[in-house]
Amino acid sequence: MRAQRSTVYRATAVLGVLAVALAGCGSSSSSKSAAGTSSGGTSGGAAKVPKVAMLDKVGAGEGALNIIVWAGYAEDGSNDKTVDWVHPFQTSTGCKVNVKVGNTSDEMVTLMKTGQYDGVSASGDATLRLIYGGDVAPVNTSLVPNYTTIADFLKVKAWNSVNGQMYGIPHGWGANVLTWRPDKVTPAPDSWSVVFDANSPYKGKVTAYDSPIYIADAALYLKATKPDLKITNPYELDATQFKAATDLLTTQKGIIGEYWSDYTKAVSALESGNTVVGTEWQVNDNLVNAGTKAKVESTVPKEGSTGWSDTWMVAAKAKHPNCMYEWMNWITSPTVNDQVAEWFGEAPAQTKACDVAKDKTFCTTYHALDPAYAAKISYWTTPVKACGDSRGNTCMDYAAWTTAWTTIKG
Amino acid sequence: MTTRTYATRASSYLHRSPRVRLAGLLSVPMVWLLLAYLGSLAVMFAAAFWTTDSFTGVLIHSFTWDNFHTLVDQPVYRRVALRTLGIAVAVTVIDAIIALPMAFYMAKVASPRWRRLLVASILTPLWASYLVKAYAWRAMLANGGVLDWALKPIGLHGPGFGLVAVTMTLAYLWLPFMILPVYAGFERLPDSLLEASADLGAPAGRTFRSVALPAVFPALVAGSIFTFSLTLGDYITVKIVGGKTQMFANVIYDSIGVAANLPFAAAAATVPVLLIVVYLTIVRRTGALENL
Repeated sequence: MRAQRSTVYRATAVLGVLAVALAGCGSSSSSKSAAGTSSGGTSGGAAKVPKVAMLDKVGAGEGALNIIVWAGYAEDGSNDKTVDWVHPFQTSTGCKVNVKVGNTSDEMVTLMKTGQYDGVSASGDATLRLIYGGDVAPVNTSLVPNYTTIADFLKVKAWNSVNGQMYGIPHGWGANVLTWRPDKVTPAPDSWSVVFDANSPYKGKVTAYDSPIYIADAALYLKATKPDLKITNPYELDATQFKAATDLLTTQKGIIGEYWSDYTKAVSALESGNTVVGTEWQVNDNLVNAGTKAKVESTVPKEGSTGWSDTWMVAAKAKHPNCMYEWMNWITSPTVNDQVAEWFGEAPAQTKACDVAKDKTFCTTYHALDPAYAAKISYWTTPVKACGDSRGNTCMDYAAWTTAWTTIKG
Repeated sequence: MTTRTYATRASSYLHRSPRVRLAGLLSVPMVWLLLAYLGSLAVMFAAAFWTTDSFTGVLIHSFTWDNFHTLVDQPVYRRVALRTLGIAVAVTVIDAIIALPMAFYMAKVASPRWRRLLVASILTPLWASYLVKAYAWRAMLANGGVLDWALKPIGLHGPGFGLVAVTMTLAYLWLPFMILPVYAGFERLPDSLLEASADLGAPAGRTFRSVALPAVFPALVAGSIFTFSLTLGDYITVKIVGGKTQMFANVIYDSIGVAANLPFAAAAATVPVLLIVVYLTIVRRTGALENL
């Protein structure tokens, strides 16, 4: 027994020495890597955008394409035989598509940093990190013919452009809607107060989205209800505004039944009645209403909503840039953009997609051509230190948001 | 023919040098153990002293204690760690309470035929996927689910999603890992000891306390190591039936998946490791490990 024990101690000691040595090795190379990232900088938006060359003409395809996508954005018929826009693309361009599904915006950012991919379908809470990290190139929109008919309210926005230069092609968008079970919640709510008020009659049956970006929902509500805080943009919060938002969420935790991040979980909670009111994606509501267990209604309340707007971006060091441009034009063509949007459950960015939609009510359901509806949405944007106004670099960045979210959940 | 002679020569060389023989036999598993297993652990602990650029997520390789300071200074991490520890202890105790009579019945009372059936029925849940079982519990615990329905006649309702649900689900998931070692422990306990105790006039309770329990204690400890460590590392069950609560493994997972902060995740990962080490030290004090 003694011999065994001493072996264990020795192994532990070796492990410790190894760990310290490794940490030491790291510090010797710190100067180099720190210099390499200084352009990205911790100051976020105040930092310079790394110069990355833009393609000036689309040449012949390279025969392959490696892309990172949200689940459902690049279907090749393996989930549903009738849902396939990858094979036709391969036939018409000769670019063999390799799809990597990213589960979260953060995972997509990490994957793009490996430099092995040509492009990504990035949400607004990932785009700026990619742009300022020098991981993506500006996009020459004149090389993407279908860009001209993309909805105008999606062009040159904070989450897909810098200084008027587009860094991608808009793909589709949706709002995080206030959803309720009409049989359990009366009268029909028209304000987020029903999910934020500590005395909500639906205590224990309220749901919220399980992500740091949900802090913006609280900020959006405060923007309307607490004008003293002077919140102009729910993604640009200084310390006081941020504290107000996180305090509101801490109070809200008392009435929450469940946080959701997996949409199937959200659907089952609505069906069983564990959730009767809360923030949902349109696709969740459609799935519930397609079933027989429950019916739900939803709205964009008077305070507005947060939402997402996805953008196809080209990697700075893409090995197959021509194929990526071909793909961006393909995915935003009316027929394909309609297919993707209907399959995924979001509004297509391509205005002409509505003309070819198989389901004629589809574009109305998702308000695809409704700029007034779109204007009520505050699209997910990466929070950065630079507030984007006279306050300077005093805003809370995404790292602070993630820490705060863990603390809120407690 | 030449190959044959090479082979013969090689084998006679190996026959003459036992050290080379031993090295050849052990080198591959040792490399695996040192590099892949201990090496990756070492890399993890080393990474705990680094940090990332908060905006672009790029690793900064310079030595700092910041991650550990955050872990200690922020009360939220202590609260989550204590909650996780509480769940792990509760799951272990519940499993032990269920496993003891169950294993005793299987090993000492049931007929051989029934014994085989019982062992099989305890093993069958292990054939099903973890996720299937967790989602089954989600359905049972949901509003108007099986639990609500079963408790309705006596005027109660199910616990809903939350801490209780997590403890129940985990206790169910890890139960076989507790029953099997305890069952093996009881099997090794000779019937004659129980009979002797009864002959000397000890009532059933006394026999259990003074004869059976000390004999199966090491087995109980072995089972508890499984239930305890598996619970400490779990982050999926709590996502499915936990409602709004979170466990320590979620903190680690979110540090990678949400915050893309690998160094902080590595630092946080030392907490469960520490808890397990403390637990094993306590267990070793009892002397149970020597008798396994």
